[in-house]
Amino acid sequence: MPLNKTSKPKLAVWKFASCDGCQLSLLDCEDALLAIADKIVIASFPEASREIIKGPYEISLVEGSITSAHDAERIHKIRRMSKTLITIGACATSGGIQALKNFKDVNDFINIVYAKPDYISSLKNSTPIAEHVKVDFELRGCPINKLALVEVCNAYLNRRKPNIPTHSVCIECKRRGNICVMVSKGIPCLGPVTHAGCDAICPAYNRGCYSCFGPSEDPNVKSLSNQFEEMGMSKDELIRIYRGINANAEEFKNESIFHEQK
Amino acid sequence: MNKSKTKIINVDYLARVEGEGSLYLKIKDDKVQDIKFKIFEPPRFFEAFLRERHFSEVPDITARICGICPVAYQMGAVHAIENALGASLDNNLRELRRLIYCGEWIESHVLHVYMLHAPDFLGYQDAIQLAKDHPEVVNEGLRLKKIGNEIVTLLGGREIHPINVKVGGFYKLPTKKDFNSLLENLKWARTAAHSMIKLTSTLTYPDFEQDYEFVALRHPDEYPFNEGRIVSNKGLDIDVADFEKHFEEEQVEHSTSLHCKLKERGKYKVGPLARYALNFDKFSSEVQKAAKDAGLKEECYNPFKSIIIRSVETLHAVNEAIRIIENYVEPKKPYIEINPKESVGYGCTEAPRGICYHRYNLDSNGLVTNANIVPPTSQNQKSIESDLRELIPLIINLSDEEITWKCEQAIRNYDPCISCSCHFLKVSIDRE
Ligand code: SF4
Ligand code: SF4
Repeated sequence: MPLNKTSKPKLAVWKFASCDGCQLSLLDCEDALLAIADKIVIASFPEASREIIKGPYEISLVEGSITSAHDAERIHKIRRMSKTLITIGACATSGGIQALKNFKDVNDFINIVYAKPDYISSLKNSTPIAEHVKVDFELRGCPINKLALVEVCNAYLNRRKPNIPTHSVCIECKRRGNICVMVSKGIPCLGPVTHAGCDAICPAYNRGCYSCFGPSEDPNVKSLSNQFEEMGMSKDELIRIYRGINANAEEFKNESIFHEQK
Repeated sequence: MNKSKTKIINVDYLARVEGEGSLYLKIKDDKVQDIKFKIFEPPRFFEAFLRERHFSEVPDITARICGICPVAYQMGAVHAIENALGASLDNNLRELRRLIYCGEWIESHVLHVYMLHAPDFLGYQDAIQLAKDHPEVVNEGLRLKKIGNEIVTLLGGREIHPINVKVGGFYKLPTKKDFNSLLENLKWARTAAHSMIKLTSTLTYPDFEQDYEFVALRHPDEYPFNEGRIVSNKGLDIDVADFEKHFEEEQVEHSTSLHCKLKERGKYKVGPLARYALNFDKFSSEVQKAAKDAGLKEECYNPFKSIIIRSVETLHAVNEAIRIIENYVEPKKPYIEINPKESVGYGCTEAPRGICYHRYNLDSNGLVTNANIVPPTSQNQKSIESDLRELIPLIINLSDEEITWKCEQAIRNYDPCISCSCHFLKVSIDRE
């Protein structure tokens, strides 16, 4: 007898403030997606399907950061419906590029973009999901690496630990055989303090890493900043390099504020 | 007794559009009383945080406006900044820019046609269910889309948020050899694009011609991607730098997004239908013939048929990619050196969903002092609402569920990339 389709584990995808790129990585999994679709039910994925199957869900993938009071409530509901909650991407994991507003007065920002600012409701800060609810796994990247996404989903479905390395982009560079752009060309690079996962693409394309994957485990940000200063980077350049896609990640935030106040 | 009855249809979460939108309809005595197409994307303030960034950082930031069309936001940015700083790229670099855009068009159009839009026409909830009955169709679509991704990955380093696009050119150039396997795949893609056109031409379309003002780029020699004048079928013909003189964005209370309109005439439409009608003569004879064989005239006013036009444009993009790769000569340098100065520059490119306008003001150190970006979705808002207003009386006798689905389909005609409207307003949800 065919299995009742709702007896398969259910997967849901949720969106908060984001560009949709991380969800798109799931659609980009193409064959892998069709293969997973056999083992699980994609119960709620509005970007791809009209059909919505009620929770609870075995796995919830959460994209995007919290920027509104409404969303700060919605994430709690999602947590209650989800056995495992996995954040996908820099927005959900550190607050994303929109967390650049955390360093400015949000009202200034609203005034720059809108003629009638009164309609706008936006929290002061863009915050990661883990500041609001318990998160079981954080997958980094802007966007995430789709193969890593398949690995994490498979791991949770099979109740094992995901095999996602936490070392730096530097190590990936060495494995890939890249020549170091800092040593050979004097290009500033965040690779030494950035979480692996992209396979060191930027240095392979002759440019420095701007840390779209965010800080690695125990990043030595101070010593990298010293090196940047020796290379002649100005104070403003130092602030800006840490204020990128993962500006709100703890280590980067502290470092950019440190240079700002110096 | 004939009691008047009021019906309210609320679609809280529009599926199969990128980003988040909702629709509110109030129908009284079989007449439409109120339509609200809402977008509830939280604001992300891109234009604000572009300020005080160095021009070289801009393409990496603007890419993050939209994960579906990051190349469009990078192209708009680099062209506007190069315009500001008086830089012009040699033809070989220019061709590579067109090539990466071909990749995005293929990827985005094929995703929309097969995964997001076709299920509507064929009565499926999504492409996964469509794949159960017609695996060969979906698999062909997936393979074609992957070839678009492959172009973006080869030139851009990865498929979403490419890292290789730079003001002045690229960080690194591909060699002729790098294109070998891609070229083979593109030859297959050409056949697949032809069958995509045939397939979409056999779908059933409602009679639904609308009187649109089409706005698109027009270039003297080619079907437009990155350059051209902004023209319309109602007499507009302006330089990109004059965009803000002719168009304005207004805040509309019920929607979260800014609506852009022509100052003189109000609503207009951008995207595949507009490009097609204004540039049909720029297609190769092969593409023109394929369009005609699919039953299209040189202009098409039925928004539901945008799915055929996306397929026609996919064929064009595949052929263009083949042409560029076959003629590829590696440029001498991956980029040209650009020096900052106090300046302002404008750029407008054809994103898959329509024209996307950028303006940047720079100071003498190359830092952005002001930025303005007008994405295609905010330009199409008014057309989307007016399509719905016209459509509902024609389908008013259907069940609520069917009306809902048809309206969703009409919105999906625009492939609205909602998160790309980089500035949004608070939604007031209307409950009755
Ligand atoms: S992390 Fe990056 S790719 Fe993912 S949703 Fe956020 S902006 Fe988009
Ligand atoms: S090298 Fe750095 S910036 Fe580039 S893709 Fe990897 S993590 Fe992102």
